Amino acid sequence: MKKLISAALALAMAAMCFVGCGSSASSAPASSEAGSQAASAEGAGVPAEDIKVGVIHIGDPAAGSGYSYAHDQGIVAMQQTLGLSDSQIIRKNNISDSDTTAIENAMMECIEEGCNIIFATSWGYMDTCEKLAEEYPDVLFCHGTGYKSNGTNFNNYFGRIYQSRYLSGVAAGLKTESNMIGYVGAMGQENGEVTSGIDAFAMGVESVNPDAKVYVKITNSWYDPEGESQAAKALIDMGCDVIGQHCDTPNPQLEAEKAGVWGVGYNSDMTKDAPGAVLCSVEWNWGAFYTQAVQNVIDGTWVIGEHVDNYFGDMADGLVVLSDLSDLCADGTADAVQAAEDKILSGEWDVFDGKTEIEDNAGEMHTVEGADYGSINWYYRNVVQAG
Amino acid sequence: MNQNKTTSREPLFHVVKRPERSGRQMLLFRLGAVALSILAGGLFILAIGYNPIEIYGTILNGAFRSKIAVQSTIKITIPLCISALGATLAFKMKFWNIGGEGQIIMGGVFATYFALFHADWPHLPLMIVCFLAGLIGGGVWGLIPALFKVKWNTNETLLTLMLNYIALYIISWLQNGPWRDPAANGFPKIAAFAKNAVLGKVLGVQAGWIVMLVFTVLVWVYLKFTKQGYEVAVVGESQDTARYAGIHVKKVILRTMFLSGAIGGVCGMLQACGTDATLSTGIAGGVGFTAIIVAWLCQLNPGMILVVSFLFGVLEKGSGVVQSSYGLSTDCAAVLQGIILFFILASEFFVRYAFAGRSSAKGGKKA
Repeated sequence: MKKLISAALALAMAAMCFVGCGSSASSAPASSEAGSQAASAEGAGVPAEDIKVGVIHIGDPAAGSGYSYAHDQGIVAMQQTLGLSDSQIIRKNNISDSDTTAIENAMMECIEEGCNIIFATSWGYMDTCEKLAEEYPDVLFCHGTGYKSNGTNFNNYFGRIYQSRYLSGVAAGLKTESNMIGYVGAMGQENGEVTSGIDAFAMGVESVNPDAKVYVKITNSWYDPEGESQAAKALIDMGCDVIGQHCDTPNPQLEAEKAGVWGVGYNSDMTKDAPGAVLCSVEWNWGAFYTQAVQNVIDGTWVIGEHVDNYFGDMADGLVVLSDLSDLCADGTADAVQAAEDKILSGEWDVFDGKTEIEDNAGEMHTVEGADYGSINWYYRNVVQAG
Repeated sequence: MNQNKTTSREPLFHVVKRPERSGRQMLLFRLGAVALSILAGGLFILAIGYNPIEIYGTILNGAFRSKIAVQSTIKITIPLCISALGATLAFKMKFWNIGGEGQIIMGGVFATYFALFHADWPHLPLMIVCFLAGLIGGGVWGLIPALFKVKWNTNETLLTLMLNYIALYIISWLQNGPWRDPAANGFPKIAAFAKNAVLGKVLGVQAGWIVMLVFTVLVWVYLKFTKQGYEVAVVGESQDTARYAGIHVKKVILRTMFLSGAIGGVCGMLQACGTDATLSTGIAGGVGFTAIIVAWLCQLNPGMILVVSFLFGVLEKGSGVVQSSYGLSTDCAAVLQGIILFFILASEFFVRYAFAGRSSAKGGKKA
């Protein structure tokens, strides 16, 4: 008996829902199979009105600052530049990089919406991109910050962020009074992305202040609001008076402001989060890439399923920028930063140029080209691991 | 069977067990609850500034709008249903196994060992070994609290709950230590399985849906038609009666908890080898807890569990689409799900109990 009732209940629940949706259910019928419209490519491009972009965020862009916000600003810039409508952008927010099921569900939803380009913004999405790229050859998977790609519908994008890290190091080196600079890093020494950034920052510091040391604390997570605060606090307690960071939230800057010291933000301009502390911010202008990528698909420079390139942009491309220096910077910072920036932009010099010998903190010498940042798993000579 | 005792000093209101309602009444009651929940959910949607009809429409549309959508909905249904079936075995015995999460995880861990390190085995034998490994992993994780229960009469609610966290930390340890993917640039994760170690798809959905259907029938047959199933029910109703009838109660508890955990373990194996193609801390992702709600909502009826799990799948899948198409935060979707659950569970309370005032206290004697 109960069984019958329950069955009826379930049916009723379903029926109820159907009644509830009435009109919109009728618009449901068999929306086109995933991304099939993208497949029309006969070597030619995809018209802008047929472009549909999916974006997978690890956080929520509504936070107004930090990693996901910076990426989303890039998406917005791309949308405006190319004149795409709101319905051509599908955002999936708060997708944890350690929950494979959630990652796949989010991407599947984009595919199902008919997206032909999916921007997967976080490192941990890489393997799912690889897997789905094989299953859905008509969809382009662009993965940020990783290292895998397949040349046909799965590519990788990143850039020479170390260039603006170096410049921010100049600002930090001129500002510090204790000659102790803290740095909150997401991943340990073996992670080239984080470590290359630390080294570039430390080289910038040394270029103006050979006595200063950079103290590094690692959170072991790309996104850990609480851990990032704690790491910053510990560094400040040690005596650091400028806090740099490579992690997703502005929390280290908030801690610096609370403690009355200074900091260097990352991802987005963190002056608006901690105006009393931030000297400048190392920023990504992801719009430079997102616009280029979608434009490439529209133009047929990239043909999904046949040929796509990896992307590695730099300061000259406008992908990598240093925010405006705040009034908190030491005197002479603007000139010193400008001088270094000019050298980089003119191509006269680069932090990792593949020629210059760089000494690590164990006395070993290295030469490395910036594109091989992944292999940088040594700390520059003025870097100290603070546990 | 349930008479009210009229005590000398009564509070103004008290909760009384009601006489069994007629089938028709119960149906109406539950339908009413569903209607109310949809209404209340609608008010919430209105309050945050959206059109409820549109949002409900989007949920349904999002779950059924295309072949891929339906496939995704079924993919969400699989772990929920299997895990609820596992919980059902334990609940039938009134053994409060809220360790579904942990059992899923351990099943996943055991299966992952073979998927990672024996990926060179032929596909079918490897899948069978993974399946059995998952079964044993979950079963052992279910057996532990049962052992403590029969030996020292520990509280199984606490023990199963705590084992969830232990299991979760085992994954964290594995991905930070022995099973860490060396190619991952220092990111703590376990490598993606080789293709040979990934469960194939049938009709576009991971093969686990077949396991789900088979398990639904098996659990139903087991509980309804076998001697062991009968023993589970008797132990659940009264251990004294069971003992009097010559049932070896401890044995039944151990056996049933092994099976309950084993089903959860298979669920973990299917998630790892079927959906994720890796082992991550998100493998259970709260499914083990939602499964408890599903099991009770269905009054431990396997067929119903299948249906209700699917409805949960619809809600979950559709909420995801609502999030992206309206820019609603994921939390709003969670609130909506919570409201609907709350009403349906509350209705179960009112099906069985009622608030009685002083004067109406005798009302319960009728029927």
